[in-house]
Amino acid sequence: MSFLDFSHITKTYPGVKALSDVSFGVDKGAVHGLMGENGAGKSTLIKILSGDQHADEGEISIDGKVQAYASTRDAFDNGVIVIHQELQLVPELTVAENLSLGRFPANAGIIAGRRMLGDVGAKLKSAGIDIDMRRKVKTLSIGERQMVEIAKAVMLDARVIALDEPTSSLSSRESEILFALIDRLRGEGKVIIYVSHRLDEVFRLCDSLTVLRDGKLAAHHASLKGVTRDQVVAEMVGREISDIWGFRERKTGDVRLKVDALSGPKLKTPASFEARAGEIVGFFGLIGAGRSELMRLVYGADPRTGGTITVDGKLVRATDPRGMIRAGIVLCSEDRKHDGIIQGRSVEENINISSRRHHARFGVLNRASEIATAETFIKKLKVRTPSRKQDIINLSGGNQQKVILGRWLSEQGVRVLIVDEPTRGIDVGAKSEIYELLYQLAQDGMAIVVVSSELPEVMGICDRILVMCGGRVSAELTRDQFAERAILAAALPDQKTPDAIAS
Amino acid sequence: MTDQLKKILLGEQGLVVIFVVAFALVSLLVPNFLTDRNMLGLLQSVVTVGIVACTMMFCLAARDFDLSVGSIVAFAGMVAVMASNYTGSILLGLLAAIACGAFVGFINGVVIAKFRINALITTLATMQIVRGFALIASDGRAVGINSPDFYQLALSKLLGIPTPVWVLAILFCIFGFVLNRTVFGKNTLAIGGNPEASRLAGVNVDRTRIWIFALQGVVCGIAGILLASRITSGQPNAAVGLELSVISACVLGGVSLAGGRATMSGVIVGVLIMGIAENAMNLLNIPAFYQYIVRGVILLLAVLLDNLRSSALGRR
Repeated sequence: MSFLDFSHITKTYPGVKALSDVSFGVDKGAVHGLMGENGAGKSTLIKILSGDQHADEGEISIDGKVQAYASTRDAFDNGVIVIHQELQLVPELTVAENLSLGRFPANAGIIAGRRMLGDVGAKLKSAGIDIDMRRKVKTLSIGERQMVEIAKAVMLDARVIALDEPTSSLSSRESEILFALIDRLRGEGKVIIYVSHRLDEVFRLCDSLTVLRDGKLAAHHASLKGVTRDQVVAEMVGREISDIWGFRERKTGDVRLKVDALSGPKLKTPASFEARAGEIVGFFGLIGAGRSELMRLVYGADPRTGGTITVDGKLVRATDPRGMIRAGIVLCSEDRKHDGIIQGRSVEENINISSRRHHARFGVLNRASEIATAETFIKKLKVRTPSRKQDIINLSGGNQQKVILGRWLSEQGVRVLIVDEPTRGIDVGAKSEIYELLYQLAQDGMAIVVVSSELPEVMGICDRILVMCGGRVSAELTRDQFAERAILAAALPDQKTPDAIAS
Repeated sequence: MTDQLKKILLGEQGLVVIFVVAFALVSLLVPNFLTDRNMLGLLQSVVTVGIVACTMMFCLAARDFDLSVGSIVAFAGMVAVMASNYTGSILLGLLAAIACGAFVGFINGVVIAKFRINALITTLATMQIVRGFALIASDGRAVGINSPDFYQLALSKLLGIPTPVWVLAILFCIFGFVLNRTVFGKNTLAIGGNPEASRLAGVNVDRTRIWIFALQGVVCGIAGILLASRITSGQPNAAVGLELSVISACVLGGVSLAGGRATMSGVIVGVLIMGIAENAMNLLNIPAFYQYIVRGVILLLAVLLDNLRSSALGRR
């Protein structure tokens, strides 16, 4: 029996079997990868581990003892800590206070500040985490906050630490620091469950791996020796995907979008670029390179301070999203949850929110055409939803992304489609469907701009890549010039260029 | 059996079911409840709350809040009476009242949408300012109505049903339609669901919010006129605390304070439940002091039920 043992875990939600009969074990001092497409049951398993949900059948045991948690707090006290994508820190408190929360060293209710700093400092030092304890959490970067979360686990002498997509919002440098920390924890004999979509990371970090598919155990690798990436992908999707990019040659036409010397409060150096009809232009860069900021300026999501935008040779006078949509420019934002989906409203309404104005008369909706539009795009984009009336919040990330694409495709007359991180947090199967759709749209004459932090993705699907660094376009490469090295070199800031991005 | 019951109570129409059951129980247990006279009285008693709830529903659905409704109702009533007395024309009086209501609402909307001041604070301010205007206009005294025709607004009947009840019914229909079948209604719900995503999806968020508050003002104007007609005078202290009754009714009716969720049928049921509770307690001669407690308990229970329903629907 392993140190951490899942045996016959089954969990049913109304209408869905989230997990059925999942069993596997993890040894002490091992980093165990947990992979699977969205909806495969990873989150449910983690929730059961953390005491947030209860298994209908089966049990979890640690060190031979069966664990039954009444709550997450209970799991906490038993040394099981889950670090979620959305971090759970109090922004107004300092690092030291956050780490002592719930267990403040105090004399008669008055916090013993010096003792707190001493305790926390010692722990941080032993874990090799280098953060100023006196800083308020709100002043930390996301990467640093993640460190604090992990420090919390260290403070509590956790036996099992589960990390749910920890690098999804980290820069590559921050990820490296995180990996070093994980290695250290492994050395101390902790059990680490590492949930991720990223094969690179899993292969680099993990000792063993479990793949879930449709709530069932699809594969368990006690060691990753001899396991190939293609094999894991096949296990995740249940079929072989040889080439997830599936790039197709296209003819490009005239210049559709011309952005000239655009600048705004968050993008001081004016930026210019073009995109032709039928072309897929990629924007690569590190987080904070100014790509999303530039796209938000193009779309009018943020106010611009200078520059012009031309579509098909015509100057666009609009400066807000409404006007841009009418001029034929649309944007799928990077932050789907905050800027994309309308929570609490149906798939149908999320699709029709913009295009309904074409069908409405005197402000009164045309129900029949709205239903038809929704059904058309649910079918065309293969949105997996029980019905058009389903609340969008209940859909997986990939399906939400498709709904937002449907929102824009239902606008006839889109000429420029900008997609920012189109496949972030989306599983492999849905990814290829989205790429396929982008090729199709380009084929039909749209100019497509793809912003991505994943180099293989931009190299896989784009006709041309623009690299941004420090708020400037630092390189431009056509498909025959694509080379990982050259692109990365252009993306890395060199010491001489001033940081043009306002913080 | 219990599962079945749970399904019904926590389903989409749970509130309606509870309403029907409560209505049946009250009809059986409270003497004189189910009489024509009492039914009409009940409907008349919910006219003010019901009318204002129509637009409060939009306000809450868009994640906003309006505390100034009580003051606007009183102020509009004063304006209606004083303007008709002054001009001798009831029609001019009514128009003036509605215009004043719309104006206050418009100001609320502009301050909230354009200057980005929190709706709670903005309307807390206008609530006091407008109440001040109502008091100043008459030096704090009630103003009697000169023309008897003005009373007729509240007293007249069509097909045996008083005019204010007709007005209420028509407004319920209009705003039900506006919420579900117009771009404005859907935009309101979208803004409540996610304001930033709505803006990026091309919804004119600022204009929609201003319209919501302006409409709220218009509707308060109408409610103020009918109230003044019923109490046969313009009272600067009328409708104190109305905002709380209206918001309670909306919340009872399943409108989410977090925005994005509202139905007209829910609000109608919410308004009626409040009305029935009060009416039944009056018929049973329960002292007014206890009624506060009962109303509070009903509201808490309704919100608890709503919470249970949300988690049953799996909105995690």
